[in-house]
Amino acid sequence: MLSHCRVLDLTDDKGFLCGKTLADLGADVIKIERPGGDPSRKIGGFWKDIPDPEKSLYWFAYNSNKRGITLNIESAEGLEIFKKLVKTADFVIESFPPDYMDKLGLGYSGLSEINKGIIMASITPFGREGPYRDYKDSDIVVMGMSGTLYQTGESDGPPVHISMPQACLHAGADAAVGVMIAYHYREMTGEGQHVDVSMQQSAAWFQANAIPTWELNRKNLKRAGAFRAGMSKDVGQRQVWPCRDGYVFFNVIGGRTGAKSLSALVEWMEADGGATDFLSNMDWDNFDMFTVTKEEMDKISGPVGEFFRSHTSKELLGGAVPRGVSIGPLSSMGDLLNDECLRERHFWKEIEHPELGTSITYPGEFVKSSEVDCSTRFRAPLIGEHNEEVYTEIGLSKQDLIKLKQSGII
Amino acid sequence: MEMNKREGVFSGLTILAFCWAVVGPLTMKFFADHGATVIRVETSKRPCTMRSSAPYKDNVPNYNKGGYFNYYNSNILSLSLNMQLPEAREIAKRLAVECDVFMENYTPGNMEKWGLGYEELKKLRTDIIMMRQSGYGSWGPYKNLPAFGMVLVPIAGLPNFIGWPGKEPLPVGVSAYTDCISPRFATATLIAALDYRRKTGKGQLLDLSQFETALYFLSPAILEHVSSGREPERIGNSSPDAAPHGVYPCQGDDRWCTIAVSDDEEWVNLCREMGRPEYAEDQRYKTFINRKKNEDELNGIIGAWTSQLAAEDVMERLQAVGVPAGVVKSAADVFDDPQLNKRNIYWPMEHSEMGMFTHLGQSFQLSKTPSKAYSPSPLLGEHTEYICTELLGMPDEEFIDLMQKGVFE
Repeated sequence: MLSHCRVLDLTDDKGFLCGKTLADLGADVIKIERPGGDPSRKIGGFWKDIPDPEKSLYWFAYNSNKRGITLNIESAEGLEIFKKLVKTADFVIESFPPDYMDKLGLGYSGLSEINKGIIMASITPFGREGPYRDYKDSDIVVMGMSGTLYQTGESDGPPVHISMPQACLHAGADAAVGVMIAYHYREMTGEGQHVDVSMQQSAAWFQANAIPTWELNRKNLKRAGAFRAGMSKDVGQRQVWPCRDGYVFFNVIGGRTGAKSLSALVEWMEADGGATDFLSNMDWDNFDMFTVTKEEMDKISGPVGEFFRSHTSKELLGGAVPRGVSIGPLSSMGDLLNDECLRERHFWKEIEHPELGTSITYPGEFVKSSEVDCSTRFRAPLIGEHNEEVYTEIGLSKQDLIKLKQSGII
Repeated sequence: MEMNKREGVFSGLTILAFCWAVVGPLTMKFFADHGATVIRVETSKRPCTMRSSAPYKDNVPNYNKGGYFNYYNSNILSLSLNMQLPEAREIAKRLAVECDVFMENYTPGNMEKWGLGYEELKKLRTDIIMMRQSGYGSWGPYKNLPAFGMVLVPIAGLPNFIGWPGKEPLPVGVSAYTDCISPRFATATLIAALDYRRKTGKGQLLDLSQFETALYFLSPAILEHVSSGREPERIGNSSPDAAPHGVYPCQGDDRWCTIAVSDDEEWVNLCREMGRPEYAEDQRYKTFINRKKNEDELNGIIGAWTSQLAAEDVMERLQAVGVPAGVVKSAADVFDDPQLNKRNIYWPMEHSEMGMFTHLGQSFQLSKTPSKAYSPSPLLGEHTEYICTELLGMPDEEFIDLMQKGVFE
């Protein structure tokens, strides 16, 4: 859909997902790395456990569908080349420290002098202004300052971090939304603008009901381990249930929303011989989560837990699908690759990596369009892979390129 | 269709939305916050699950006084329609045809049941843009499986990355965590689809699965499995790339601070700030490899220091010497966070049933066209009359007649 758009992607791992999203939507995204390669290529793991900047799986995951060039934008010549590229571009995305681009004359005002319609996105840990703007980040630090960390973990233990970095993904996805809103405006007016994305804010944006619970009840939602807090006056509801060979997640939800799933589960338990009279006689439509007592909750959790424990996760998912019971088995990575639904929807894509002599299975597409292919089509670029292709497009000769390479500019 | 125009990037754009839970409104908010007229169809026969979710104003369950719902639905208009009735379905069709975008995230099958499937809508308007955003996709083997974020989190594999070695996997404490993932992808895609229609005249069907978008937040882990065949292990608060790396106890009840040291320079600075410069020279901790090896011991040393201090002090002192550290913020802390408030993440607005109530605001800043708090979250059906009579131009008599038939319940 965006095949007429060009994106200059200067980000490191803080912003990869923005360019990746636009690339999947069809934009020509040019990943610009410093000569020698982006430091984020050092992020592990690596293909076949061989540490190598051309084998970083993190790099692969979020830079597929992008072309790649090398350029030292801190050198005078490099800066001029970058400005030439800006003339051909619609978007510039970057994740340098707050003033870095301004110091190079490449802040939004500098870029808009070159190209009035340019849309710039800056992704920083905390935002370009404000008391935390110069704070150093790490995913655990940002997730802690966003509120997510505090609420995750055992009730009697410390907060627990999601060990896969998340804040950069919230920010990258938000940046994609921000630049698209700016793009819509530009298509109406011809004017670009600057999108300022903070990882902290993007991660803090969704906190379920924690903020209104604080505002209305002066109650801080606390960590509840395997339970879900904040839905009832007095009790938490178990979410994580051991099953015969692992774990399944299931939520007791009140009112008509939960009734369908709960009554289907009870029917299933009845057929299986595991239902109690209490469960069978329950009026799930009028079951109220807010006022449920601990005693009632126990009468539900006991037999339901027993039922889950006596089945495998595969049996539980297999039975849940036709009955419409909302059970989520905890998928391993292997389970995901074999998941029936993902397979049938052709979610996985095999992407060729000729240098590795193989193809690799990738998450294939975040949306299916009836008009346009939005899937992962080609692997992430090697260091400087498209230098010749891109630089000759803006009028540099092969001789120029040799010189630029010798002087370390590309 | 005459619209009550709001200023903003999407001024004049109208969206008809059958939203459910959080995914729907979060997607629509991006548009509504920038001036679009978003018409959300609801019914008192079966109000959105968020309307019957805690917390409530004054602790009394009430569809219009739910903090969960009202936090996420500012700027959106509510049209009440009892879709069991053919007249209601007709109104929905009229709106679908006149709106720029049709969005829904109901369990697949509902739209078809009401004659609002893509093929039918396309017959009424050839260039319609329809966004479907169900849990597992609008087609495929799980299409009938009711989806909640709480269940999508495990099925997408996230709890494999949350918890302590050898202990049970944990949910993300912010429950229904995946609810904030697909709205971003959906919004970027919808804006691209609007552009595509402007340029080609073609509409389209967009089918998004919350399950699939959630996997985009785990892509590197999936590739690691493809590469090595290994499954992830729960590693608590440690990191393969940094040590020390964790959450440390501070003074006070349930107060914590994170610290993440990813290179030797940060380590030296941390030692100095702890008043223990000798550790910087200690062979046991001098290199990353040794720090990682002696991590438990190290965490004990740091914890002993942090527990003497307020979390804010640890953060400020370490950040001042270039060591990444931050207060583990509770909801109360986040609510008062100076950085987030400066960036307008919250919009306090007067709500007729809630009184002054904080609505969720923006997640990023646009320099020329900032998002705006136009209106508080709607009461159920608050804009029904306005939408029917003003926007659709329905004569008053017809409106009253339909009302008496229960069409607007």
